[in-house]
Amino acid sequence: MPGAIHAEGLVKTFGDVRALDGVDLDVPEGTVLGLLGPNGAGKTTTVRCLTTLLRPDSGRAVVAGVDVLRHPDAVRRSIGLSGQFAAVDEYLTGRENLQMVGQLYQMRAKAAKARAAELLEQFHLADAADRPAKTYSGGMRRRLDLAAALVVSPPVMFMDEPTTGLDPRNRQQLWEVIRQLVSGGTTLLLTTQYLEEADHLAHDIAVVDHGRVIAQGTSDQLKARTGGERVEVVVHERDHIATAVRVLRGFGKGETAVEEHTRRLTVPVTGGAKLLAEVIRELDARGIGIDDIALRRPTLDDVFLSLTGHAAQTADQDEQSGAAQTADQDEQSGAAQTADQDEQSGKETVK
Amino acid sequence: MSTATEAGPVAAPGGPFGRSVRDSLIVARRNLIRMSRIPEMMIFGLIQPIMFVVLFTYVFGGSMKIGASTSAPDYTNFLMAGIFAQTVTFATAASGAGIADDMHKGLVDRFRSLPMARGAVLTGRTLADLVQTALTVLVLALVALLVGWRVGSDGGTNAGRVLAAFGLLLLLGYAFTWIGALIGLSVRTPEAATSGGLVWLFPVTFISNAFVDTGNMTPWLRHIAEWNPFSATVQATRVLFANPGRSGSGAWPMEHPVWASLIYSVLIIAVFRTLAVRKYRSATA
Repeated sequence: MPGAIHAEGLVKTFGDVRALDGVDLDVPEGTVLGLLGPNGAGKTTTVRCLTTLLRPDSGRAVVAGVDVLRHPDAVRRSIGLSGQFAAVDEYLTGRENLQMVGQLYQMRAKAAKARAAELLEQFHLADAADRPAKTYSGGMRRRLDLAAALVVSPPVMFMDEPTTGLDPRNRQQLWEVIRQLVSGGTTLLLTTQYLEEADHLAHDIAVVDHGRVIAQGTSDQLKARTGGERVEVVVHERDHIATAVRVLRGFGKGETAVEEHTRRLTVPVTGGAKLLAEVIRELDARGIGIDDIALRRPTLDDVFLSLTGHAAQTADQDEQSGAAQTADQDEQSGAAQTADQDEQSGKETVK
Repeated sequence: MSTATEAGPVAAPGGPFGRSVRDSLIVARRNLIRMSRIPEMMIFGLIQPIMFVVLFTYVFGGSMKIGASTSAPDYTNFLMAGIFAQTVTFATAASGAGIADDMHKGLVDRFRSLPMARGAVLTGRTLADLVQTALTVLVLALVALLVGWRVGSDGGTNAGRVLAAFGLLLLLGYAFTWIGALIGLSVRTPEAATSGGLVWLFPVTFISNAFVDTGNMTPWLRHIAEWNPFSATVQATRVLFANPGRSGSGAWPMEHPVWASLIYSVLIIAVFRTLAVRKYRSATA
């Protein structure tokens, strides 16, 4: 039996651009699929096809048990869509927005009114309920947009980059809301450029690139494909890089990657914290100053990089740190961030 | 997350047509609320026609020849039908811009993902615009009375005929709104919709009997002007208001202006509503 969201061979071209090149997806009922990919990979186009906004050139899609191409109106009754842009009317109040959406879902005026009040309470918007949405903060607008998608408690939800452009605090808040939502049994397809987001929220992750799903599995499965732990060292002085590479070769299970400008060395290892301690002692014994050292498990960034050969793009340029990108700010050492993005591509591998 | 409300989707009463009417009214209400919160839009929409009335009356009024008369009051009485018609058509640019704005902001995506009647978003918008146009025309009529416009200045008329004239004007405005809607759906930005929604209106409103006597135009231009749908409504309005300067040519729309105006407006609605709704269905922001 196909899942709550099921797509086979979706193809969509815009002129010469093949936005979707045969997308296959299956999301079992009550689970969350994270659709992960850089800008232009085809995530939004996939969502638009599945939510009846766009007609694919070929392929087949079934959402909530209904054929999307044959009965789009029936599909619309069973889905909620929360877009990349907060699609609420900014001149209407939060309450008016939700009531209107409820009525357009064919609820009676009274029921729509009651439901709006309930959602405003639930999404912590009750205090701002009667202010035009124009006066809301970015996070509040996203919450209102999400609430609008939930007016009829649809069994299947689509969220297209729900947290793009939000600050970390608002992102965390929205994640909490989404977690509650899926714990209630809603099937969710979520697109994101944030690897951390997919990692946190999704049961399954489908990596999309150039209009195709290039890998699918749980976060752990995908990470396992990329290999194990790595030690990352940032040495204090450039002159020490060569010596440090020799030291790491003794511990490593593969090639040592060197970023000259940031003086960052990365080597795959096995042995965990104990090995890390040994590396530190050895470097210290040779008089090599260490600015930063860490044992890192593969992130979804690494997965993405190894699958596609290019880094996942994040919306926020500041977060980019050459090849070894993580969405998790805590893991990023200050040294990895230089102003000159071009210089960072100068990465070479030393044997 | 709570799914407390038992109120799931409820089938609207009255079948597809009832649903279409109901959804259109919901969207119209939304647009009217919006208008009430952006009063400056309404005010700018009013300033322009008022300016036209005052400028045309005092700048051109003295030197325009209407029939045998060159008196300024006669020109004002001649002019008003044209100004009213121009005002209802110029309002369509804002309509297109509003729709383009909804597309741009993702609201159209939201609407299109809802199980609502297909044409309702556009019908709701055009109905709300019609309400705004009616208010504008009302204010304009009051200003015109102040500068000396009078119905029945050139023959007899009555309240029914005056109301019929306003009805034809609003019908023309409503018809043109659908052209504006199609433009709004076809361009990518609200800015483009505003300018794109205005440029074509200048030739349509000026190559007409609105501001000058078509009798003084070169024959080919005069021909276009007299068959211009816009001219038919202007002529019909002049006839019903019993204002001077009716075009006396033998062109059918000038001879039967009320019918011509009705037919033109209904045709425009039929054609452009179909095109706009089709465009909306495949709309991509």
